Amino acid sequence: MSVSVNSPMPLRSHRQLLIKLLVVIALAFAFGFAMVPLYDVFCQVTGLNGKTGAKPGSLGIAGISNPLTSSPSSIDSSRTVTVEFIGTVMPGLPWEMTALTSSLDLHPGELHQAKFRVHNLSDKTIVGQAIPSVSPGLAAQHFEKLDCFCFAQQTLAPGETKEMPLTFIVKPELDKDIRTITLAYAFFIVADTKSAAKNLALR
Amino acid sequence: MNTTTVNDATGHHDHDHDHAPEGFMRWLTSTNHKDIGSLYLWFSLFMFFFAGALAMLIRAELFQPGLQYFQPGVFNQLTTMHGLIMIFGAIMPALVGFANWQVPLMIGAPDMAFPRLNNWSFWLLPAAGTLLIATFFVPGGAISGGWTMYPPLYMQGGIAYDISILSVHILGISSIMGAINIIVTILNMRAPGMTLMKMPLFVWTWLITAFLLVAVMPVLACAITMLLTDRNFGTHFFDAAGGGDPIMFQHVFWFFGHPEVYIMILPSFGIVSTILPTFARKPLFGYVSMVYAVASIAILSFIVWAHHMFTTGMPLGGQLFFMYATMLISIPTGIKVFNWVATLWRGSITLETPMLFSLAFVILFTLGGFSGLVLALVPVDIQLQDTYYVVAHFHYVLFSGSAMAIMAGVYYWLPKWTGHMYDEKLGKVHFWVTAIAFNITFFPMHFLGLAGMPRRIPDYALQFADFNAIASVGGFLLGASQLLFLYIVIKCARGGAPAGNRPWDGADTLEWTLSSPPPYHSFVTPPLVK
Repeated sequence: MSVSVNSPMPLRSHRQLLIKLLVVIALAFAFGFAMVPLYDVFCQVTGLNGKTGAKPGSLGIAGISNPLTSSPSSIDSSRTVTVEFIGTVMPGLPWEMTALTSSLDLHPGELHQAKFRVHNLSDKTIVGQAIPSVSPGLAAQHFEKLDCFCFAQQTLAPGETKEMPLTFIVKPELDKDIRTITLAYAFFIVADTKSAAKNLALR
Repeated sequence: MNTTTVNDATGHHDHDHDHAPEGFMRWLTSTNHKDIGSLYLWFSLFMFFFAGALAMLIRAELFQPGLQYFQPGVFNQLTTMHGLIMIFGAIMPALVGFANWQVPLMIGAPDMAFPRLNNWSFWLLPAAGTLLIATFFVPGGAISGGWTMYPPLYMQGGIAYDISILSVHILGISSIMGAINIIVTILNMRAPGMTLMKMPLFVWTWLITAFLLVAVMPVLACAITMLLTDRNFGTHFFDAAGGGDPIMFQHVFWFFGHPEVYIMILPSFGIVSTILPTFARKPLFGYVSMVYAVASIAILSFIVWAHHMFTTGMPLGGQLFFMYATMLISIPTGIKVFNWVATLWRGSITLETPMLFSLAFVILFTLGGFSGLVLALVPVDIQLQDTYYVVAHFHYVLFSGSAMAIMAGVYYWLPKWTGHMYDEKLGKVHFWVTAIAFNITFFPMHFLGLAGMPRRIPDYALQFADFNAIASVGGFLLGASQLLFLYIVIKCARGGAPAGNRPWDGADTLEWTLSSPPPYHSFVTPPLVK
């Protein structure tokens, strides 16, 4: 009986509280997706996820023009940094990739070239795209590629073997604690030209 | 289908009410918080046995080195599904079941705030559970990348992965609706005179847990939605080839995942904080500090997520921040443990089964907390990441923490729920076998982890053989002893010595003022709390 007396009051505040909670839920859901751009910005600033040049869009012109505008840094011969190279091929791509230069000892600021050999094992012409990753991630900001096979998609004829060069500078601003940098390439298959264009546009 | 057979077992023995439909329809259409609480608890018990059976298969495979019964792929399905079902199918629904039964009774409310929503949030669970279990029978088998669903592995599986995403979405929606219901009930429907700071601690812990659920379940929904669109609709959130980053998934996932572990432990804290004062016959020591400790744990849980990711390549500053923030949690947790011990101090303690489980909870959960502190240390964590040390740690906090607190709560409130006393002698046997077998199973895993045995593998190096054999024997004993639990619960539901209104002389919360079992509609007239 007393419930019927009490119920009109609680019911109204039930609705108000419900609406507030639904707003919180909507905000939490939006926050989950907002973490994607936030994470990208955070990584661009810190280089946390090991993407080189701080800009994922270092393909093509942007990547090449960059060193021209930035003045050549002086060479820091007081220390030596070891750069290691790794090449892997992702599942679904019948290629073989070897780092011809497995590692280099260099002074920050020096211009160096490393080479990879990529071989198409199949009897089809296949287009692939290499995705680089630098570890430790913090070194990525100071790893500058002047020219790289990863700036463009690579096409290999059936059974073809190609040597793919990479020209780079490790900038002297590199943190003193970092003595070894590992640059890993993963070759992905580009399914068809349309989706490849879309992929590039997305960068 | 399995839940319906279980329901039938209880259906006979509940009190019939002339206006309610009979049999299966009674349960399907029920909006009564007691009915729905029972449904939640039976569902979670079934899932507990299902996921437990998977654990038995895991321990059988690991009994000796080499591949005995399962191929690695199947083994990975077992570990993944064991984790996923125990978390989302057993522990969380069990705690929501407790909330449904106890929150209205403890605050003197006639029912939950949204009874129909309550019905819906339960009946989503059997659908989601069936979907999840069905993935064992689809081409390619169930998901096998670990319960954390990390890409890129998660991108590569078959149809089971999409089904699991749907299932987890449904489970998440169910949890969110349950949390809304609990918050509104607690904030709006307390009996006159029951201020927030007079609420039993169990109600407090559930209020805070429900806020955690509302804040983080949508984030999990985001993470798995992104997985779904990456898998099926050509987005590249986590796909490195398309400019995405698989590490980002771990950030989004653990932003949900770390509060999630507190969602599973805070209501357990509440259960134990109710039982210890009852059997020590003293009021809870430091009630106010307990409330603030729970709230601080909940707030801190939002800023520690990356301690699950120390090995993903994080700058030193990040590692230090997450290490210190994680260690900070031991302060409010330490306050709670201190208060529990102080509650026992000079109490008139008797050791009934719920008390035994609660005491074991305090000791074993604290052990799990200590191994958690060890894992919070960055240099140690980098050594121990993904080893059996981690497995030992989270079973100490989840089994001897959450699951044993749930068992304590079941024994404590079974007399109230059914009107009969459970078999005290069998209950004590169940406790001792569980506590001993649990330690035989999981204590050696600390040593295995320190020696370097990785988790999620079906085969291992020879030097790990002895401890694994011990753990497997303990595991089988632990599994078998839970059948005794099932027997005791069913026996108590079917009959037994009448419990009376207040079988525990130290219990002072509102539910003990009602008859046992409580009337189908209780507190129609709100009680007055002084």
